[in-house]
Amino acid sequence: MADTPEVPRLSLRGITKRYPTVLANDGIDLDVMPGEIHAVLGENGAGKSTLMKIIYGIVEPDAGTIRWEGEVVHVGNPARARKLGIGMVFQHFSLFETLSVADNIRLALEPSQTKRLHRRIKDVSARYGLPLVPARRIHTMSVGERQRVEIVRCLLQDPRLLIMDEPTSVLTPQATLHLFDTLRALAQKGCSILYISHKLDEIRALCQRATVLRAGRVTGQCDPRRETTASLARMMIGGELPRPVHRAAQAGAPALRVDALDLRADDPFGTSLSGISFDVREGEILGIAGVSGNGQKELLAALSGERPLARANAITLCGAPVASLDAFARRKLGLAFIPEDRLGRGAVPEMTLADNALLTARGDGNVVRGMIRDNAVATFTKRIIAAFGVKASGPDAIARSLSGGNLQKFIVGREIGQRPKVLIAAQPTWGVDVGAAAQIRQALIDLRERGVAVLVVSEELDELIEICDRLAVMAQGRLSPPKPVRETSAEEIGLLMAAATPHEAEAQPEMES
Amino acid sequence: MLRLEARPVPSRSAVVAAPLIAALATFCVGFVVFSALGKNPLVAFDAFFIAPIATRYGVAELLLKASPLMLIATGLAIGYRANVWNIGAEGQLTLGALAGGGVALAVGDAEVSPALLLPAMFVAGAVAGMLWAAIPAWLRTRFNANEILTSLMLVYVATLLLSWLVHGPWRDPEGFNFPQSKMFGASAMLPIVLPETRLNAGFLLALAVVALAWLFVRRHIVGFEMRVAGLSPDAANYAGISWRRNIWLGMLAGGACAGLAGVSEAAGPIGQLLPSMSPGYGFAAIIVAFVGRLHPAGIVLASLLMSLLYLGGESAQVNLALPSAVTGLFEGTLLFFLLAADVLVNYRPRLAKRA
Repeated sequence: MADTPEVPRLSLRGITKRYPTVLANDGIDLDVMPGEIHAVLGENGAGKSTLMKIIYGIVEPDAGTIRWEGEVVHVGNPARARKLGIGMVFQHFSLFETLSVADNIRLALEPSQTKRLHRRIKDVSARYGLPLVPARRIHTMSVGERQRVEIVRCLLQDPRLLIMDEPTSVLTPQATLHLFDTLRALAQKGCSILYISHKLDEIRALCQRATVLRAGRVTGQCDPRRETTASLARMMIGGELPRPVHRAAQAGAPALRVDALDLRADDPFGTSLSGISFDVREGEILGIAGVSGNGQKELLAALSGERPLARANAITLCGAPVASLDAFARRKLGLAFIPEDRLGRGAVPEMTLADNALLTARGDGNVVRGMIRDNAVATFTKRIIAAFGVKASGPDAIARSLSGGNLQKFIVGREIGQRPKVLIAAQPTWGVDVGAAAQIRQALIDLRERGVAVLVVSEELDELIEICDRLAVMAQGRLSPPKPVRETSAEEIGLLMAAATPHEAEAQPEMES
Repeated sequence: MLRLEARPVPSRSAVVAAPLIAALATFCVGFVVFSALGKNPLVAFDAFFIAPIATRYGVAELLLKASPLMLIATGLAIGYRANVWNIGAEGQLTLGALAGGGVALAVGDAEVSPALLLPAMFVAGAVAGMLWAAIPAWLRTRFNANEILTSLMLVYVATLLLSWLVHGPWRDPEGFNFPQSKMFGASAMLPIVLPETRLNAGFLLALAVVALAWLFVRRHIVGFEMRVAGLSPDAANYAGISWRRNIWLGMLAGGACAGLAGVSEAAGPIGQLLPSMSPGYGFAAIIVAFVGRLHPAGIVLASLLMSLLYLGGESAQVNLALPSAVTGLFEGTLLFFLLAADVLVNYRPRLAKRA
């Protein structure tokens, strides 16, 4: 520190945190200067989240010191962290589902800051292109919309250090650029930013310094602007990143066909679907892009059978009208579905992996005349764990004990392992580290190569462009006509996505002026 | 300062330890209560927990009273695992006794083999219990009416129905106007399995039902699906598990078991129909189901404990002139401590210094 006259805004020395089963942080040193945008890079389970929780006062470190502007501090709890000027946007949301947007924000603010709150929420959300309705309740909102609440909540507090845990996964490319402008402007005013992301291009575009974590230790520091995406990935995973292999499409007959699907939303804040038509052919991947909250949740519920429809002809699966069937009946006809929520929907948190395999995998001799065959289920589970490199102690591991990425690999493996004819995947790599994400994408491509019809609904445009043959955009409950990926561009898609959110379009000139 | 720290994985040992801790804490409260009532706690404990089971007859009574409890709790647990809250087992028991007893009374003193009559009574009882449980199931699946309230309210309807029958049409004409039916014929009575006691074949039936329920919950795919629905309704919907079917199965399993228990009581220790066929077994079984962790083996042990509380309460009433409310007090205390001790399953207490 002798060579820097400036006092770091935040300085960590020897931060260590041990959990019963894992050493999450092992002697971590980190300095963040005023006005610096500092990236923290690392795979899932590398200890990034734990470190951020320590800085924000949620987790108590076992050893090490935290200096805030030169003073040794004990953060202790998030309220004190906010008092110091630390704000955090979480990857896993800390919102009360039964409360409204405004109430959730109010809870995080000092009473003196809550005057004219609805007005201020609208101002801030318009300024940053993050449209929100203050009176809306959280439980009616999609994952992407919830993250907006987190971001706006933080920005309302004028923080001096802003921690952002993968904030862009729910934004359109244009909105991401806006957010970057905002963050740069914040940094110019002296606010420090700790930016956690697995999107290496973003880090290279935005950050001035990067600290790389692997297995709880600092394994490197660099200037990301002088690195390539490949070299950053190498530092992070300690090896080469597999590139997906993607051969030309050999699409066959339509396996999943949706015909003029209309669906009124269940709740007043949902998005009703109107006139949705598309088909997915054997041996192709169709991507549906769009900012979440534009009807994806409703469309997926209709496709999976979680919400059966009255008109059976609206959805055809391998020639059979299925729209009025429940999820189980559609599975028997060859449908598999990877939902966007892993814990509590794609898997039962309290159950073992073997039980979770049985949740949807009833073939392979797992169930004979209604009776469960434990040995068959264990064999099936072990096969998934081995084939997808799931890090778990075995079929008896409790689902909740797995990291998000590992559980996702398990769910993907379970659905693919049933040899479906049609696979629907929602946000298949959301919050998953780069290594696992590459593996999941490859698995989807392999499936397509075997002649399976694959539908991917994702907010990650790069991912869709990488793996899909055709792409459509979902906006305000309508779907644009699918186009071959080669004939479109990220800009065109981004505009189709943004067209759906007028607030965002309005905010655009304001940002540029 | 004592702090609770979330466990990464629920503790299996705490699942077993929590009921033991709850039992221990209940004993401690008992110690204080007995002292406050002016009784020597050691004498009271002896009267309450030791004396009732010191004899062969006492042990038989313990098993006799445990039988309906484990039978009903096993049926309720099937529903509870799927978040189907049948609180009306007492009423389903009453209907079971009424139907089984009705068959016995219809046969009267006619010569019918017990091998025919007893199964007929049990079938009638189980069907009647299921019909009574089907009302809240239908109201729930059709109108989304809360089954906790509807099943509970039907208890009082059932009690009044039986009361009307034994006061009116089914009253024993030679019963000196007491509100009770005729005694059942010999072939309508359950055979005694332990000579010189009241322990009858109903106990064996209860054990058999517990074993069957274990097979269903642990080995059958539908039992598995009901567990999934209880733990995570969204995951159940995702997998296409029908919530309507779960409610019907959960309610009917509870109703059938309670109905069987009603027949066991009528054709066992009682031998006729009375205005009240149970000292609250249907409600106590709810506690048994939870103290037993909704697990068949746990339910067997919990039903023995609850049965001991019943016997102990009677013994304390007779020998120490303690009020019968002491039994209810112990039941409540036990459930209270169990729910509190359950925190240990997901959290670990740690001594932490305040910074």
